[in-house]
Amino acid sequence: METIEEKKTKTKINTKMKISGAEAIVHCLLAEDVDLVYGYPGGAIMPVYDEFYKFQDKLTHVLTRHEQGATHAAQGYARVSGRVGVAIATSGPGATNLVTGIADAQIDSTPMVCITGQVPRHLLGSDAFQETDIIGISNPVTKWSYQITKASEIPEVIAKAFYIAKSGRPGPVLIDITKNAQFEEFDFSYKKCKGVRSYVPTPKPNMGAIEAAANLINQAKKPFIVWGQGVILGEAEEALKAVIEKGGIPAAWTIMGESAVPTSHPLNVGMVGMHGNYGPNMLTNECDVLIAIGMRFDDRVTGNLETYAKQAKVLHFEIDAAEINKNVNADVAVLGNCKETLELLLPLLHENNHENWHSEFKKKHQIEFDEVINNDIRPTKDGLTMGEVIEEINIASKNKAVIVTDVGQHQMIACRYAKFEQSKSNITSGGLGTMGFALPAAIGAKQGAMDREVVAIIGDGGFQMTIQELGVIFQHQIPVKIVVLNNDHLGMVRQWQELFFDKRYASTVMVNPDFVKIAEGYHIESKRISERKDLKATVQEMIASDKPYFLEVKVEKEDNVFPMIPSGASVSDIRLK
Amino acid sequence: MEKQWFTISVYSENNVGLLNRISGIFLKRHINIESLNVSKSEIDEVSKFTIVVNTTEKWVHNIVGQIEKQVEVIKAFYHTDDETIYQESALFKIASSLLFDERQIQNIIKESNSQIVTVSRDFFVLAKSGRRNEIDEMYDQLKPYGIMQFVRSGRISVSKEEMNISAILEEFQPN
Repeated sequence: METIEEKKTKTKINTKMKISGAEAIVHCLLAEDVDLVYGYPGGAIMPVYDEFYKFQDKLTHVLTRHEQGATHAAQGYARVSGRVGVAIATSGPGATNLVTGIADAQIDSTPMVCITGQVPRHLLGSDAFQETDIIGISNPVTKWSYQITKASEIPEVIAKAFYIAKSGRPGPVLIDITKNAQFEEFDFSYKKCKGVRSYVPTPKPNMGAIEAAANLINQAKKPFIVWGQGVILGEAEEALKAVIEKGGIPAAWTIMGESAVPTSHPLNVGMVGMHGNYGPNMLTNECDVLIAIGMRFDDRVTGNLETYAKQAKVLHFEIDAAEINKNVNADVAVLGNCKETLELLLPLLHENNHENWHSEFKKKHQIEFDEVINNDIRPTKDGLTMGEVIEEINIASKNKAVIVTDVGQHQMIACRYAKFEQSKSNITSGGLGTMGFALPAAIGAKQGAMDREVVAIIGDGGFQMTIQELGVIFQHQIPVKIVVLNNDHLGMVRQWQELFFDKRYASTVMVNPDFVKIAEGYHIESKRISERKDLKATVQEMIASDKPYFLEVKVEKEDNVFPMIPSGASVSDIRLK
Repeated sequence: MEKQWFTISVYSENNVGLLNRISGIFLKRHINIESLNVSKSEIDEVSKFTIVVNTTEKWVHNIVGQIEKQVEVIKAFYHTDDETIYQESALFKIASSLLFDERQIQNIIKESNSQIVTVSRDFFVLAKSGRRNEIDEMYDQLKPYGIMQFVRSGRISVSKEEMNISAILEEFQPN
């Protein structure tokens, strides 16, 4: 048997040596500083798993209970750490089960490398056992993909995969590797990828555009910033804060941009979009210069494009040229990494405070507070609200937790009311709206930031989509805190049925199992509460625990999330009730 | 915005699967590809796609942006018909007997500027290059006599403006 010492020397491969494709894959991962991968074994990827076994002192493989869980865990890991998440699966169903997570990572620009096994080269196209055309299936939802059919391609392709996944606007890359390529031996050497000639990840900033943007901002009476995840991906948090503060510019965030600037910052005026805050939505249609930074004018943000910020000059700071004029025409487009472009913009800006304009936001906030927020977070009615649970989590975690949300009402409430001091703290499925995202993503988030508190907020519907990942939390004792806000409904769909389908609750009533018993089955400390008097102490107990903890909160069954911009309506038609 | 004809030119690496990625961009937007041609380009090892679509400028701008975003695409352009020189090619397979029995056929061949590619005992093949309407006209003229087989290629086109692909490739230096 090999000693650990021997294993260590074996991993230090710089010079050429003959090894199998499967072993080469592990060396490639190690060379890319990967020490944690999520996945699920199967026939066509077994040679790689055999190497995982041999290299387990250097590379941890976490066995999720479904391949979808592997992708979401890799996403959660990537989103908190800024590193590339890695998910591994076998061919056929293993590969197709990755697709939802890949699509999620594509639309939310998450750096992820997926490696799938494939039937041997000579069986390709023969409808072999567990053969599927995963390259074809995943094409529309990957940033790049490649099928490796011989071992000698492995180092260059994997290097390219990591480079492409992480650079520019990040995204998922899928590498499909035929089984023969995993067995073949070849002379291995590894060189990190530093460029691909047909690919310009980050456009160079154009000073002319930046000057034009600065002029418009300096002349503006009512400038308004809407930032998105580009700020987080570009690590432009400080640059953004400096611009906001120097220009005295009220700034709002898309759901994906949340936490880039602390919630408590006086110029942070809240969330835009369908369930965003009243002020930033209404005032989008009153600002004179709209400064969009690292965001893509998603329809959930803009509502009806025909009536979106028509009065304003639009400045668009963006890394991806294809986003310019895609949904909203830009008067000035500033291409490039927004850290770079905002730093170039800053010295050109005049100091300003726009006090009157800012007070418009404060007035609108007061209206929203009186009509909505106060009732959400300090309710006087009997039933528990989702908002008050989030508020207790804020208090118990001192606004320092990473909040991972699933999709639906609880997600909107969590994103509206969670408070953040640190960037990369709000992990949610924004673009794709993938139910089942939160539980596995929270596993990845915790493993990507072991020093941070990670709280998953999940609805009773989404929880049952990936509930099996409790097994990972149990097996690896990953101390995530799981809060299921249970209203016994698919709440968001039910809300739409109430508002737009005359309360015909088609298939949105859930007859739920005993979630606490299920969690207990996985030996996870669990509690259920349904009364306000138990809320504070239980949340505190949960946050204080250094182990995994499951909390089910029975909340009001038919609460709605407001404010709300009905689908297809204008941002200024936002409803408070 | 009105729909019109656009020719999209894509310079790319010659890699397996890129065609699938590019056609998927049209599929996702429910836009039909009217014609597609893939060939080598003026630059070694660089492929050129020529794609014709009938859509609005807003959509063609969007599509070209998405095509250019593909990792293996070097550069993509779109042009209106006025901005390009373009042609299609067609082959007509016709029964050889007609050459002797129908004198009008010989006039059509002469007037259409087409070439006889091959003649055998049973059939002959005419090749015609030109604008779509010229080919259509020839098709209409031959149709009454009977066309055994007909095929027309996708549009091929060159732009009047310079494309500067070599300069883009020269600029690339992995750091």
